[in-house]
Amino acid sequence: MAWKIGVLALQGDFALHAESIRRTGSDSLEVRTVEELEGCDALVIPGGESTVLAKLLKETGLDEGVRRFSDKHPVMGTCAGLIVLSSKVMDHSIAPLGLIDITVVRNAYGRQMDSFISEVALVTDSSLGGFEGVFIRAPKITGMGKDIEVLAQRGDDVVMVRNKSVLVTAFHPELTMDSRIHTFFIDNF
Amino acid sequence: MFGEEKEYRLKVGLAEMLKGGVIMDVTNPDQAKIAEEAGAVAVMALERIPADIRVQGGVARMSDPEMIAGIMDVVSIPVMAKCRIGHFAEAQILQAIGVDFIDESEVLTPADEQFHVDKNEFKVPFVCGCRNLGEALRRIGEGAAMIRTKGEPGTGNIVEAVRHMRMVQSEIREIKLLRSDELSAKARDLGVGMDILHSVAETGKLPVPNFAAGGIATPADASLMMQLGAETIFVGSGIFKSEDPAARAKAIVTAVSNYRDPEIVARVSKNLKEAMPGMEISTISENELMAKRGW
Repeated sequence: MAWKIGVLALQGDFALHAESIRRTGSDSLEVRTVEELEGCDALVIPGGESTVLAKLLKETGLDEGVRRFSDKHPVMGTCAGLIVLSSKVMDHSIAPLGLIDITVVRNAYGRQMDSFISEVALVTDSSLGGFEGVFIRAPKITGMGKDIEVLAQRGDDVVMVRNKSVLVTAFHPELTMDSRIHTFFIDNF
Repeated sequence: MFGEEKEYRLKVGLAEMLKGGVIMDVTNPDQAKIAEEAGAVAVMALERIPADIRVQGGVARMSDPEMIAGIMDVVSIPVMAKCRIGHFAEAQILQAIGVDFIDESEVLTPADEQFHVDKNEFKVPFVCGCRNLGEALRRIGEGAAMIRTKGEPGTGNIVEAVRHMRMVQSEIREIKLLRSDELSAKARDLGVGMDILHSVAETGKLPVPNFAAGGIATPADASLMMQLGAETIFVGSGIFKSEDPAARAKAIVTAVSNYRDPEIVARVSKNLKEAMPGMEISTISENELMAKRGW
């Protein structure tokens, strides 16, 4: 049976993730409450503003909801989603969920004028090849715990990592027509 | 989904990240901090909010770059700033100081009665106002990466924003019904390219995010605009002209995220103290209507 993948729809580019998921052949549904989350097999936390996502997660009780959900189900996060899922945010602007042991610097490349599109190398699975990385006011991963596996790099920068149940990217696969990273999440978690 | 060009995709990409959020007008770093803490997805830095521009009159220009930079220093969310319609030198200055988005705005006094800024020439993304589909698509043709309704800024009166959003949405529905030979005549009438009109006919929406602005003062106003098809809400004078800005800002953020759930909107609408004083549009003289600026 196809997975039902929830997309956190509190704020951000959740509609684009839903499109990417539909292109993989899986079903997606918008998640705004703990009850909606409980009906899902996996969750994607989209791009958006991490400070806003963190506030709304707390306000809806979805911060605890996502923590409980992640005990049994996989979670993916892109850009702001990566920041929210991390274990430490350097500027202390938010209290992250701590579901993946990485340290993160927000807006690490600069402001919108420093946003860029650049090929990233998917390092674990060479059959995947390169991927068009869209980096918008993107975060950087500056520290990683022992259980972290690096999945993609751009030069020396680690831009996609996983642990047992969480996948995060600093770039936006949902801003391309290429659904391979969503497919990878569905097939490997 | 987007144009091929990478720079344009980055511009629209940032607009996508702002969806489902609230962009708030702020006039100093203290207000910017209040807005960020309340959950603003971005702030619009300007010296005078529309309600004050309306009262004080005179020529309204781009804000002091020092003041804008001061706001950029204290918040970590995107910072937007306004230039006058057609004033590409103001836009160059805003790009030079590194703002994240420029609003080519009818709130300021237009600098050019014939031409808007050629937004494709800039690396920084632009948002522009519209009253109808033709205006929206002409601005997108010039390179705008986000469209918003004009509404009637600084009035605390939602009626014009509703009119503009309904107009855009009903014109889009009409376009979807046209045959392809009829689309060509429509493109000529609207003064827009065929490719952009085809994209609207196929997708049933604008090719860039469609936000609401102008007269939003309460959580209910924000919910109304979201239900009419807006993807994010700009609140100009509505927050810092109200009695308790922090509470109102937070309430509007929650209302936008939960606009489908009237019980939540009801809960956050309670005890917000006084909203900004409103203005009846018919009391504004014809030549002071900001929505009429631009074409």
